[in-house]
Order: sequence, then C-alpha cells, then structure tokens
Amino acid sequence: MTDSTLLLLALLVPLAGGLLLTLQSNSPNTRDVISLVTATLLFLIVLSLYPAVLSGDTPSIVLAEPIKGLSFSLEAEPLGLLFATIASGLWILTTLYGMGYMRGNNETNQTRFFFCFAISISAAMGIAFAGNLMTLFVFYEMLTLATYPLVTHKGNEDARRGGRIYLGILMFTSIGFLLFATLWTFNLAGTLDFQPGGILREHVGPGTAMILLTLFAFGTGKAALMPFHRWLPAAMVAPTPVSALLHAVAVVKAGVFTILKITIYIFGIDLIADTGAGTIVMWVATFTLVVASIVALTKDNLKARLAYSTVGQLSYVIVGAMLANAAGIIGATMQIAMHAMGKITLFFCAGAIYVATHKTEISDMRGLGYRMPFTFAAFFIGSLSIIGLPPLGGSWAKWHLLMGSIEATQWIIVAALLVSSLLNIAYLIPVAARAFYMAPDSPDKGPTTIAEAPLLCVVPLCITAAGSVLLFFFGDSLNQLISLIPLRATQP
Amino acid sequence: MIEQLPAIQLLLTLLAAPICSMLRNGDHAWRLATAATWLSTVVAIMLLIQVWDGGVISYQMGGWPPPWGIEVRIDELNALVLLLVTLFGSLVITALRESLRGVMRHQRQSLYYTTFLLCFAALIGITITADAFNVFVFLEVSSLSTYALIARGRDRRALTASFRYLIMGTIGATFILIAIGFLYMVTGTLNMQDLSERLPAHWDNRVIQASLAFFTVGIALKVAVFPLHYWLPNAYTYAPKATTAFLAATATKVSLYVMIRFLFDVYGIEFAFEKMQLSTILVPLSIAGILIASLVAIFQNDAKRLLAWSSVAQLSYMVLGLALLNASGITAAISHMFNHAMMKAGLFLALAAMIYRVNSSKLHDLAGIGRTMPLTTGAFAVMGVGLIGVPMTAGFVSKWYLISGTLDKGWLPLAALLIVSSLMAVVYIGKIIDVAYFKPAPPQHADVREAPLSMLIPCWIFALLTIYFGLDTRITAGLAGRVAQSYLGVS
Repeated sequence: MTDSTLLLLALLVPLAGGLLLTLQSNSPNTRDVISLVTATLLFLIVLSLYPAVLSGDTPSIVLAEPIKGLSFSLEAEPLGLLFATIASGLWILTTLYGMGYMRGNNETNQTRFFFCFAISISAAMGIAFAGNLMTLFVFYEMLTLATYPLVTHKGNEDARRGGRIYLGILMFTSIGFLLFATLWTFNLAGTLDFQPGGILREHVGPGTAMILLTLFAFGTGKAALMPFHRWLPAAMVAPTPVSALLHAVAVVKAGVFTILKITIYIFGIDLIADTGAGTIVMWVATFTLVVASIVALTKDNLKARLAYSTVGQLSYVIVGAMLANAAGIIGATMQIAMHAMGKITLFFCAGAIYVATHKTEISDMRGLGYRMPFTFAAFFIGSLSIIGLPPLGGSWAKWHLLMGSIEATQWIIVAALLVSSLLNIAYLIPVAARAFYMAPDSPDKGPTTIAEAPLLCVVPLCITAAGSVLLFFFGDSLNQLISLIPLRATQP
Repeated sequence: MIEQLPAIQLLLTLLAAPICSMLRNGDHAWRLATAATWLSTVVAIMLLIQVWDGGVISYQMGGWPPPWGIEVRIDELNALVLLLVTLFGSLVITALRESLRGVMRHQRQSLYYTTFLLCFAALIGITITADAFNVFVFLEVSSLSTYALIARGRDRRALTASFRYLIMGTIGATFILIAIGFLYMVTGTLNMQDLSERLPAHWDNRVIQASLAFFTVGIALKVAVFPLHYWLPNAYTYAPKATTAFLAATATKVSLYVMIRFLFDVYGIEFAFEKMQLSTILVPLSIAGILIASLVAIFQNDAKRLLAWSSVAQLSYMVLGLALLNASGITAAISHMFNHAMMKAGLFLALAAMIYRVNSSKLHDLAGIGRTMPLTTGAFAVMGVGLIGVPMTAGFVSKWYLISGTLDKGWLPLAALLIVSSLMAVVYIGKIIDVAYFKPAPPQHADVREAPLSMLIPCWIFALLTIYFGLDTRITAGLAGRVAQSYLGVS
C-alpha cells in the first residue's frame, strides 16, 4: 500500500467506522467494539506513515482540483503527522474512557455520540494532513459542525445556549477572518499550498503581512485567542469525554496547529522575523496566557477552571510560533503534544470524579483523594506536567519556549511565562491538595474505602498520566520528528 | 439529423404542449411532458458537445439566411443555459406528478403540464434564438405561462402574487419591446450579430442610448435586480408545490442570460459599460441587493419565503459579477447562474417534498423533520451548505471567482462585504437546519414519513450534482471562463 493511499485511509477509516457503528445502535457492545477497532486501526495507519516522513519524504495525494491552482489535497509532513499521532492515539484511550463514562452515567443517544466522535476524528485527520490552506479550511469547518451535536448532547437549555455560543464564535471567526485571509492570500500569492519556507515572502510588505497574520490568528477561533475564547468554556456543557479529547486535544489543538502551519508554511518564520508581522498576535497571546490563568483561579467548577487553563496554555503555542525562531517553533510543537497528554489526563479525572460522585465543584472535593487515590494521583501528575515541572513532559515545552523568548530578547514574554507558571501552580495544585490533605465535608456519609469510577474510566487516565512521565524521559524519539519542523520553516 | 438539432430543440416541447392539453388523463399528460423534456435534455447535451471546442452552430429557420430570416445560434454561453433549463426543468417535472397528485383534478393536471411545457419551450426559445424580436416574443410566452403556473397555487394569495408579477412583468416586457423597437428603428435589423455590427456607428444617437436604458430597466425587472425584485418573494412563496423549483431554476436565470447577451454582445461592452457606465449603477444596486435581501431572509419564518429572499440576494451576486467586468467576475456570474439554478431548484424541491408531508412551509412546522424525513432533509442540508458556499460544493466555486473578481479590482472592502453576506447565508440556512435537526417534532407531525421516491430521487440528484460541480468544474467555470475570455478578449 502506498503512502498516499494511507493518507486517504486515515480520513476514510474513521468515517467508515462511524457509519458502521450507526448500524449497530441496538447492540452497544458490538458498537463499542467497532469504535475501538476503528480507533486502533487509525492509529496504526498514522504510525505507518512515520518511516517515510522521518526520511524526509512528504507523501501527498490530490483529490480534486475545482479551480486552477487550487486543489483539495492531502500531504503528510512532520508537524501534521505529530498532530495526527496525538489525536488518533488519544482517541483509543478516549473511546475506552467514553464507554465507561457514557455507560456509567446512563447517557442517552450514545450511538449519535460515538458517530459524531468518529466524524470529528476524521475531520481532525483532514486538518492534520491538509495539503493546502483551502483543504485545511474545509476540514476545520467540518470539525466545528461535527462537534456541535456533541456539545449540545444533553439537549437542555444550557446545552443549547452553550452550543449557540460555540457555533456562533467559531463560524463567525472562521468565515469572517480565516476565509477572508485565505482568499486574500490566494489573490496575493496565486497558491495556497503549504510550502516549506512559506509562499508569501515575495508578495507582501510588512503592513499587509501584519494584517494578514492577525486576521489568520483571530480567524482561527479554535486557538481561543482573547477575545474569541468564550466558546471554549461554553463547550464544557458537553459530556466529559468530549471535553477531554475534543476540547483539550483535537479541536483546540487543531486551532493552534493551524496557526503554526500558517506560520511555517504560508509565511515562513523568516518573513515574520524580518517584518515583525507577528507583533500584534504575540502580545495578544501573551495577554491571553496571563489573563486566562487569572480567570482560571476564580472558577470553582472544575471543568470551567480546566477550560480557562486550556485557553492560557494554547497561547503558549501561539507565542512560540510568533517568536519566529527555531527554539520557539520547537517549543510550540512540543507544547501541543505535552499539553494534550497532560490536559486529557485532567479532564479524564474530572469525568471520573463526576461518574463516581457526581461532584463538579472544586470546593466539594475535599478529602476525595482517599476515595479515589488513582484518579487524584493522576490529576496531580497531570497538573505538574501542565505547569511544566520536571520530571514531566510539559517541562520540555516550557524550556524551549523560554529559550526561544530569550533568544528573541523578549524579556517581557520571559517574565509573562514565569508569572503564568506560578499562576498555573496556584490554580491546579489546590485541587489535588484539597483532595488529599483536607477532611471530607461529611465524614459519616459515603464509603471511606476506595470507591473509584468504573475501571474503563480509571485505566485510561492512569495511562495518560504515565504517558506524561514517559514523555519526559523518552522525548528523544519525539525530538527526531520535531527537529525536522524548524528546518522546513526557513527553507527558501 | 444532427444539423436539425436546434430546430428539434425548439419544437419538441412546443409541439408537445398542445398534445398534452388534449389528454384527459393527468398521468398520461405527465408521461408525455416528462418524455418531451428529457428528450430535449438529451438534445441540449448533444448541442453542448458540438460547441464544446468553441464552435458556433448557426441554424437558419426555414432556410432563410440571416439577417432576413430567423437565425438560431448556439455558442458556449447559451449551450450552458440550455443545459440548465432542460436538465433542471426535467428533474423538476419528474418530481411534479407526486407533488400534484391529490391536489389537482386530472383534467386540471393536463392543463398544468401544458402550461409547464409552454414555459419550458419558451425559455428554450429565448435561449437559442439570435433574433432580438424573438427574444421578446418568447419572453412573453414564458411570462404568460408563468403567471398561469403561479396562479394555480392553492393559497388564494397566489392570485395576488401572480397578478403583481403580471403587472411588473408586463412593464418589464414592454420596456424591452421599446428597447428593441428603438434598435430596429435606427439600424433596420433584428438579428443580434447584425445589430452588434451596425450599432457602433450609432453610439452617439440618443435613441440608442434610450434603448439601452429601457432595456436595462426592463430586464432588471425580469432578473429581479434590487430594487425591482418586488414581485419575486410572493411569486415564489405562493406558486404551487414544486413549481417554485422550476421557476427559481430557470425563469430568472434565462432573463439573466438575455441581459448578458444584450449588454455584452448586442450593445457591446464598450458601449454599455464604458460609454454608458452601467457598472456605476449595477454595482451599488447589487451590493445593496445582496446585503438587504440576505438580511430580510434571516428574519423570515416561512422556509419558502426565506429561500425566495435568498434568491434575490443570489441573483445580485450574478449581476455584481457581470458588473465587475473582469474575467473572474464574469466567470463567477455565469457559473453561479448554473450553480445557483441547480442548488435553488434542489432546495425548493426538497422543501416541496417536506410540504408534501407536513402541508406547511412554516419553520415551526418543519421542526424535527430531520428525524422523520432524514433523506429529504439530508439532501436539503447538502444543497444548503452549497448555497452558503462551503468548499467542495458548487456554490464555493462561483463565490470564489466572485471574490477573486473583487480582489482583482482591488476592492478589498467589497470582498469583506461578500464574506459578511456569506455569514448571513450561514445564519438563514442554519436557521432551517437548526429547526429541522435540533427541535423536537410537534405531536401532529409524529407520523410523518419519508417523501415518495419519485420526489426523493430528483432531490438527491440535485444534491449530488451540487457536490459534483464543486469538484469538477469543467462544464461550469470552465465554459464560463472561456466565455469571459472571449468577451474581454474582443473589447
């Protein structure tokens, strides 16, 4: 099987799996097995693309070319492959977790849930492997639409309001800014292909470059730059597996991935570095990463706090991209991977707590650590990784980002990163600390022995927590791929 | 045989119409009408293949050579319009039988199909004739039969809608007649080619200038250019059942074709747009049309009326494309003419299928229809997405060219406005989709079933074509691009 067929399969396998499982809506077990097999198959397909990409190849396939110079095409390059690996790998764990969560909560419409999930993953694969900006845009919108029924899953007024904000902001920014910037780019450069070193270099002056890049950054609403971040907390009405995989990994990472991709393959970091086109975006992102952390401090609802934490952490990636140097790009890319692993752990934990105790507020979680030791231990590990402390994977990302900002002599950003890390400690550590060190609200009620969520919920979160640790020690294999990315950002 | 195709194209449905009126059984009438329209679709495809490489078919009616005799002339532009009228008309009439069953008596049905065929034949006539006066005659035939078609609506308001259209349409047709009369007065010829050769000598003649003014206003009425769109929303809303699909696909599009033919060929770009500066009128009007009609569409509570207002906005896109007067703009106008005809016909057809089951096009009656009629609603959603202009659908291709056209002119704010109007399309289509999929069905519609196959299949053909023409654009944007080149190359 050729690599280009594999690319196509990466899109079609989740789609086919999704369709197949709708036929099995009457037998939940068969349906969930189909989900699981599909997820595993997809992960294997993505992995089998590695040899080619590591050897410097970029397998590609053109699906159609409706307008001259503008095609729908797929291409595997290091950054996209990394994103695809994260999304498809974590999909397996989320499927397991989702089975436990949805059954443990007796949620309705489970088939629709898993179907939309599969479509979302297919869209995420499309984003990861898009060969040009237009293809990326198509899958970007597909992801928005496919996740909308997941956000409104509960079907109550709250869920519908959340869904409206979700769809409203994401559609408005993407069509209003992203599509506009895309059209403008095509008009200037005559192509939208992702090319190493960018396509805009000879076609724009500093002013236009800055306007375009700003349009792109705000247009990518999924990256949750302030003031277009409100959809992310709104999306938290979704069932927790959705928040975990989609709103901590696939959707938000698709956003920052898009910005990175545009930085590297449309502008090229030389253009950004030479013209200072990223200035506005960089400062907005710096502002976002500090302010979002402060807002997170004020939230008592665990998922809301995690959502604002995500808003802040996403801006790390954007800052890294706008630094426009190799260390910044590496840091940004690593942040995508490390944050995904850490944040999915935290969301898995939040869901497990909800399944086991139906508690959502942090202030109610005092003393829960003894009832759910594995969950809270995993939460603690995940928190450390998000903060960026060794020996956890997150520390590498923060390290490279700091190096990048020092190299760019942006001392304010260095300071902002450090302040933000302190804030991260302030809003994440108390959750686990309360659970372990404070007495439960009412010691006589409820079991005092271990009473964890179903095994299907607990095992995945232990795996991802372990993953955060392993990423610290075995970051090398990841580095092999990531180190290819800055090379492509500067080639002529 | 092959060389007689243009005459066959014209006569096939024109002769089928009176025969149809003599059939007492509505089903037989439908069979005859469907056979005739599909046959003429085949002829249209054959003609398109003949002119594909830039050839022009010139056919002399009765063997009288032009400019004295009547010439039928088919080039790339009207071959495309011909395909539009015949293919989409045939698809609609295929679905019509089920839609009319139980609503009309058999005898009435025969007359209905007769009117339909007359309208169909007249639209073909407008499209292929090379004689300016013939255009007027066929325009009248098509208009009169359209009034009759609309008046057949069950709602009594169909009568006022039809009457209003009749008044406006007659004013438009009269203006066009005056314009053609002036042309004849000055040049002494009615053959379009002949006219275009003789006119440059008379550019300073006030009569010719007045002729252009009369023509522009008259045809703008027919095309429903804002603010002359007054007749359209009611006519579309109250026309019976799937008839709206036919009207939306063909009537305004053929009028737009006449507009292109006269402004670009007969009067010529240099006269119409450089000397008389038509763009300075058409550009602001179409921008206003796009924004205002889209805005009005957002606030409609009746799906049919909503789509009708959307048509006003979409027609303005095409006029804007023409008025941009560059390759991308003209390509956009012509390809959007085809794409929009396809998508809007499909949308109205899918809506007719829903109305067939729930007897209403009010949004609250369509609640939950995505669950009770999943296939129809699915087709509707695909075409709705196409109308918005999402990539990989036909709507995207023409919108892309349109925005490219504005960017080529350096009109950045206008490009931004077009994006805004796309957002508005997201809102009004989203409104229907939201109701259909995410609202619970009212109890009285709980037992609604899927539409009959004879309606469902044409709906899905439209939906699949929407995707097909989003990926393969040789016929739409390809042809349109060549036409645009030929117009701009000459001037």
